[in-house]
Amino acid sequence: MSSSSVLSAPLGAASAAAAPTARRPSGTTVGIALYVLFLFVPIYWLVNVSFKTNTDILSGLSLWPQHPTLDNYRRIFVDPEWHASFVNSILYVGINTIVSVAVALPAAYAFSRYRFVGDKPLFFWLLSNLMAPPAVYAMPFFNLYSATGLFDSIWAVALAHCLFNVPLAVWILEGFISGVPREIDETAAIDGYSFPRFFVKIFLPLIANGIGVAAFFCFMFSWVEQLLATTLTTVDAKPIAGMMSRAYSAAGLDWGLLAAAGVLTMIPGAIVIWFVRNHIAKGFALGRV
Amino acid sequence: MSLVLDAVGLKRGDEVIIADASLDLQPGTMNVLLGPTLSGKTTLMRLMAGLDRPTSGRIVEDGRDVTGLGVKARSVAMVYQQFVNYPTLSVYDNIASPLRVQGLAKAEIEARVARAAKLMRLEPMLKRTPAQLSGGQQQRTALARALVKQAKLVLLDEPLANLDYKLREELREELPRIFAETGAILVYATTEPGEALLLRGRTATLHEGRITQVGPTAAVYRDPANRDAARVFSDPPLNELAVTVAGGTATLADGRGFPAEGPLAGLPDGACTLGFRADAARVATQGGGLGDGLPPSGPSFPGAVSVTEISGSESFVHVVTDAGLGTVVCLVEGVHAFEPGDRVAVELDLGAAFAFGPDGRRIAARGGRAVATGPGLRQPVPA
Repeated sequence: MSSSSVLSAPLGAASAAAAPTARRPSGTTVGIALYVLFLFVPIYWLVNVSFKTNTDILSGLSLWPQHPTLDNYRRIFVDPEWHASFVNSILYVGINTIVSVAVALPAAYAFSRYRFVGDKPLFFWLLSNLMAPPAVYAMPFFNLYSATGLFDSIWAVALAHCLFNVPLAVWILEGFISGVPREIDETAAIDGYSFPRFFVKIFLPLIANGIGVAAFFCFMFSWVEQLLATTLTTVDAKPIAGMMSRAYSAAGLDWGLLAAAGVLTMIPGAIVIWFVRNHIAKGFALGRV
Repeated sequence: MSLVLDAVGLKRGDEVIIADASLDLQPGTMNVLLGPTLSGKTTLMRLMAGLDRPTSGRIVEDGRDVTGLGVKARSVAMVYQQFVNYPTLSVYDNIASPLRVQGLAKAEIEARVARAAKLMRLEPMLKRTPAQLSGGQQQRTALARALVKQAKLVLLDEPLANLDYKLREELREELPRIFAETGAILVYATTEPGEALLLRGRTATLHEGRITQVGPTAAVYRDPANRDAARVFSDPPLNELAVTVAGGTATLADGRGFPAEGPLAGLPDGACTLGFRADAARVATQGGGLGDGLPPSGPSFPGAVSVTEISGSESFVHVVTDAGLGTVVCLVEGVHAFEPGDRVAVELDLGAAFAFGPDGRRIAARGGRAVATGPGLRQPVPA
């Protein structure tokens, strides 16, 4: 508000005319406010619905719950199957994020620092993994995991997601690593650091922002991916997405339950964003995202 | 520790980066690598350090062949032109890092870091990170880290190039003294002839990956062995005139002749290049009487001033000669406000000029002016 009034100050006539209604918001402010409002509409609506009863939801339009209830959430919290699915999802996403970043770090370092035969084609081939839709890989993974006994375990999903998260992390981290001058590596070698010690003590702190950004994207892609996660699991490792599909059954659609599960699904993502927000802000400014 | 480079070469594909570099570096000496950007100074240092492997030749350390040994197996410290420190560590931890890697006792580390920090005047900044320092302080941190290590070979790659003038003057004086106490072989790369002269010691001039001359710094300056060495060791650029010597007379490109004296005396007939630094050329204002009559020691050329560079108590006057001999830079004592276009005459002091043959080698008829090249003068020159 204050900045907009400063901006309009040089337009002497206009500000003088506006003087009686001193605090009238400018067009920009209104525009931004509307934009933010529209951004939040779907999220608000999800939260709104999650506190309604199913009869409420179906009885017409209301901007807030007429008979607010926590019943939807209660049903999720008391049902061990819902619990398990949340735990499953968090586990495979966590494993995937750790594995992806851990595997991508040395690869990205090699791509950034060394020239070797086929380095550039290999780098772009990695990216091409991201270009195919997950559905393409669902069948081969299903077949492979059924044969090896990995099927219906959190490892099945965690490893399957590596297929596109490792290339993504390599791509992101390579940008950050290339931003660190090679002379730092050399100075460490001159100082006598062994490579592992240099990598952990000197290098990793330098690319902490990049690791934060890469981990964030791996988390997000793995968390929202549904097709592989539901195809490669049945009972033991059923993810959230799998549980949600149960909410529309022969008995009809359980709107309230679905909305409550949706709200709960957003929370881990929000928490992760909260923790890595500084890294991401710096990362977007510095590296390759 | 002595370090000997024996015909060290580096090729990338067909490109020759370093050609047959031979150097003999003794402990406790200052060794200057003087050459323009991209002349191979940094590459040569990287070969000395073991950061890169030469493709030919040998590197011998105290009689031990270390050609294939990596940098971790050598006792080396290096400071880059860019300020390279570990950004996430404090200044103290930066300086202490080579000692920590060596696994020294904590008290020993503290004592050595404190000493280095005192010498580099970093004591109030020890708790800060490099990003919170000025450029000069960052480079002093890098220098302190090189100092505490007490390496036997210290490589300084244009360490003062990115610093402001005053700090550069100070550090240039202190650095050789501080590092000399460690008894290390000190190698200092620079693009500036003036810096090389101030550092004294021995100088190797580099041109396009080739060492063109090695010797005590002042001797290399006084007696360049070839045109490349003279060009590298000249600021402002070396003045060069093509002359043809025939029967005791030298003829310039414009057809004017003058007696073949100084370096031209007694030369066999043929073409050569007359090279001279700005201090061998005087400016005489026409009508002032100075340029009239026969010049005492050499030829004079009329021309017009194009630029005057004033540096403190001296002026470098660029004169475009009338006869199409190109631009000649002259040194004039004191501050002179020549205007572009002013008519002047350039008087050349032939005694301070050099003659170079068609192959670029220095030529001289008299034995007294023969130039020593290569590792002839090996004893360290007192700084």
